[in-house]
Amino acid sequence: MSGHPSTYNPSTGFEKWLDKRLPIVRFSADFMDFPTPKNLNYWWTFGAILVICLVIQIITGVILAMHYTPHVDYAFASVEHIMRDVNYGWLMRYLHSNGASLFFLAVYIHMFRGLYYGSYKAPREMSWILGVIIFLLMMATAFMGYVLPWGQMSYWGATVITNLFSAIPVVGESIRTLLWGGFSVDNPTLNRFFSLHYLLPFAIFGVVALHIWAFHTSGNNNPTGVDVKDVKKDTLPFHPYFTVKDGFAIVLFLILFAAFVFFNPNALGHADNYIEANPLVTPPSIVPEWYFLPFYAILRAITFDIGPISAKLGGVLAMFGSILVLFVLPWLDTSKVRSMRYRPVARLWFFLFVVACLALGWLGGKPAEGIYVMWAQIFTAYYFAFFLLILPLLGIMETPKPMPRSIAEAVTKPKPPEAAAPAGAVPAE
Amino acid sequence: MTTSDPTQTGEPTRRDFIHIFSTAATAVGAAAVAWPLVHQMNPDASVLALSTKEVDLSAVEVGQAIKIFWQGKPVFIRRRTPAEIEDAETTPLSALVDDDARNANLSGAEASDNARTTSADGEAKPEWLVLVGVCTHLGCIPLGTTSGENKGEYGGWFCPCHGSHYDTAGRIRKGPAPENLPIPPFQFISDTVVRIG
Repeated sequence: MSGHPSTYNPSTGFEKWLDKRLPIVRFSADFMDFPTPKNLNYWWTFGAILVICLVIQIITGVILAMHYTPHVDYAFASVEHIMRDVNYGWLMRYLHSNGASLFFLAVYIHMFRGLYYGSYKAPREMSWILGVIIFLLMMATAFMGYVLPWGQMSYWGATVITNLFSAIPVVGESIRTLLWGGFSVDNPTLNRFFSLHYLLPFAIFGVVALHIWAFHTSGNNNPTGVDVKDVKKDTLPFHPYFTVKDGFAIVLFLILFAAFVFFNPNALGHADNYIEANPLVTPPSIVPEWYFLPFYAILRAITFDIGPISAKLGGVLAMFGSILVLFVLPWLDTSKVRSMRYRPVARLWFFLFVVACLALGWLGGKPAEGIYVMWAQIFTAYYFAFFLLILPLLGIMETPKPMPRSIAEAVTKPKPPEAAAPAGAVPAE
Repeated sequence: MTTSDPTQTGEPTRRDFIHIFSTAATAVGAAAVAWPLVHQMNPDASVLALSTKEVDLSAVEVGQAIKIFWQGKPVFIRRRTPAEIEDAETTPLSALVDDDARNANLSGAEASDNARTTSADGEAKPEWLVLVGVCTHLGCIPLGTTSGENKGEYGGWFCPCHGSHYDTAGRIRKGPAPENLPIPPFQFISDTVVRIG
């Protein structure tokens, strides 16, 4: 998995024997020894945090599956059984439900970091694309997991999202029936969602391995975006320097996680999901989990027909398009400069993009009427304009600031005044 | 005499044929195996067996509506008042968002009130409106069946999720929903009993 010369020397007879047959110790040693840019800041610790999140979700999820019953008559009761009867069942469930939220919090920070420092640019396009695939798999997994407790939000969220597929011309209705296994969200739907919810995390695990393999081939990006010129001067071995840094960040992250799990475990959930699913009563407002709200706002922002495309299909296309556009981002951004530290104009648009995403998240939780719709339309327009207009044009029009000649120089020499960024805007190292 | 060795002439050989034939056979075989893997997700026999339902309407008064459960979805049956019928009948087709009747008993008809109430035997009973109570936008249950609920600006149904308004014939008039509420296959098997499905 490593794109650097191996430094492993098998010392014992057994290691030499094993190294010729299955070089797993060499692989692990090279992995831990991977030359890592010495200037990585704390925004780079979210990769390791995300690995921890995935492991927590898989462990707690496997345990929950031992006590859960995927049947419309028993699912809701079995979740309450986990909460009340199973030893530490409440802990497993709260870890799992809050773990999903914290997983998304971490992945959003990780993605914004990639955007800010240009980690998607050559030669790291494959890492970025695999990351977008992981994000899509995470969304599918989280959505199906949310259906399993079979509360009102589970049921109606599943109804709204599966109905999105019916907007596809010609084959949409057949796809929807195929997803449902019936004529509405019902027992067959719950069963298959459980099966897939158990499967997909392992698929995510596989794509994560590819994601890491890809950036171990290209080498890590770093806050300056400058390539490693001299491995000796510019990098440090991953272990112990970055295992310790990541470990410290993980501890801080777990404190936040524990604060939710032990002190406000339902803060991020919706009260209606403690009402059992009722196919005859729609809740007054259907709201997805917070991490889907920006996309939900984009879905609802398209309230008008665009030529032959109905508002419904338009909303679905905009919502999926908002994620699919990330796949082509490496080719949309025309600037050769990776890090926005040296892109004074692009970084302003970037911070506005962050604001737009947060605003869309807020608007997604508001009723789709009046002024909220207009603002959602404005921010949706900006979301797409950022990728499709601003980044392609800025690469041509913007004059970047001078960059350090090497990572070592950026770390050891004081910044020349014209290259120094305003203190508040640069993430602390 | 010309050479008869096809490898020299570039002509397809017997071996080329075997390669193409076996690749094609593998592709067909893979597709044949894939179909059951996909089709198992479609509605099974036990789901399809529940596809009809008979409902006794004798207790429904004029102006009332009931909600029954059919194929996992609510079906609204409304006994409309003369004013509601007149409202629906006098609405010009040009005022509609969706001019298709969306009636399973009458495919392709225009969305007149008569077409919206036509049953499987081709007759319309204007007093009775039978429709699937699932918003054609994203599948919420519109309000307006139970008394006291918001019936929307056109006196029919109102979907609280994203604000679609349906008229007294269940036709979409305002909001994001693209289609009229669908009419399921139904037939009156006596004056007061209707079979749905």
